[in-house]
Amino acid sequence: MTDFQEAWLVPGAAERREHRLRHHDGFERTVWTVDHEVPFPDGKLIVSRTDTSGHITHANPAFIEMSGYERDELIGQPHCILRHPDMPAAAYRDLWETVQRGQTWQGHVKNLRKDGAHYWVLATVIPNIRDGVVVGYTSVRRKPSRTQVDACTALYARMRAEELAT
Amino acid sequence: MTLQLSVSPDFSPDHIAGWYVFNTWLQRRLGERIHLELFENFESQRAAIEADRIDLIYANPYDAAMLVRQKGYVALAAPRNLPDEVVIAAPVDSPVQRVEDLRPGTRLAVTSDPAVNLLGMNTLASADLNDGNTSRQMAGSYVLVAKQLVQGKADVGFFLARAYNGLSPVIRRQLKALVTSDIGDVRHVMLAGPRASHLTGPLRELLPAMDAPGSDGGAVLQALGLEGFMAQEAEATEFMIDLMDTLKV
Repeated sequence: MTDFQEAWLVPGAAERREHRLRHHDGFERTVWTVDHEVPFPDGKLIVSRTDTSGHITHANPAFIEMSGYERDELIGQPHCILRHPDMPAAAYRDLWETVQRGQTWQGHVKNLRKDGAHYWVLATVIPNIRDGVVVGYTSVRRKPSRTQVDACTALYARMRAEELAT
Repeated sequence: MTLQLSVSPDFSPDHIAGWYVFNTWLQRRLGERIHLELFENFESQRAAIEADRIDLIYANPYDAAMLVRQKGYVALAAPRNLPDEVVIAAPVDSPVQRVEDLRPGTRLAVTSDPAVNLLGMNTLASADLNDGNTSRQMAGSYVLVAKQLVQGKADVGFFLARAYNGLSPVIRRQLKALVTSDIGDVRHVMLAGPRASHLTGPLRELLPAMDAPGSDGGAVLQALGLEGFMAQEAEATEFMIDLMDTLKV
């Protein structure tokens, strides 16, 4: 996965923080965050597809715009390139276990942009089944309600604290 | 055997004659007898689909999902540069300025267009609105949706964007769009059912070439209000169906 670079961060942003993320496969990555939320654009859907191993194969214009990456920087990368350190690992574990059973997963996700800012989405991930075989996954993200975002912010902070404590 | 052609009932009244012109053109080019049946509403068309009475259909994306996945229809072509987008509009003098201003109890004016209603309700979810805390008032057409808004009988209305843009200036001035979707990946699609499977190949060549130089299809497209058709691969249709399925959750 592409290394995160401090030079990408929102220019002049205060409260830059460095984090070390450990992914489910043992891969570790350093990311930077800034305390800035980019609002989800009205009327749009962020759409992406991955192969069965979670590598991005399709990104629509809204995805490219909101992620802050260029298309070429996204295609072929694992979807966890968007993982924000505030997201509990348990949420991603639930996502993958659900879709790998052939079921649909839905949840609120705080995504990390290339510039260290973040955006909240209501994500739905569905297995792409062709001739009875799962060939990949489609993820559609829409604008979440603020009440749900506030509730998830508190919930994920508790879950994250528990994960860090163990 | 006479094949049956139908069109999603969300077509503009301005294009009714165009669909008859299209059918005449299609019969001449294919050498097949085809009967065009236009339905006044989605329910009656759905009943005809369930009874396997439709062989060729210009389907909205919601119905296309059911036709492909459950009925074995195959995609032939899709309109070029004509994605299905949705407008959520309110009366121009409404205090509501954006979707997030809407509150539980909101009265919705809607047609029975399943694709538009699905996209519309998804948009309202950002205001914590759903089927349980809103009420629906059904209207037979988008003009009647607008009328309900103008008469104060509804707070917001769902429109297919091109139908909203086609409202008369007098009506449009009495409405304001709160949000217009910008999805791009959802569109109508021409499908062939099992009895028309022998026409799949010819139609996949014929439809995208309607606006080719020297073709007599240009005037037909104009009558339909379409720029042209583009080939629609099976995987593109499956992708659209997957996308629609995520919105049903």
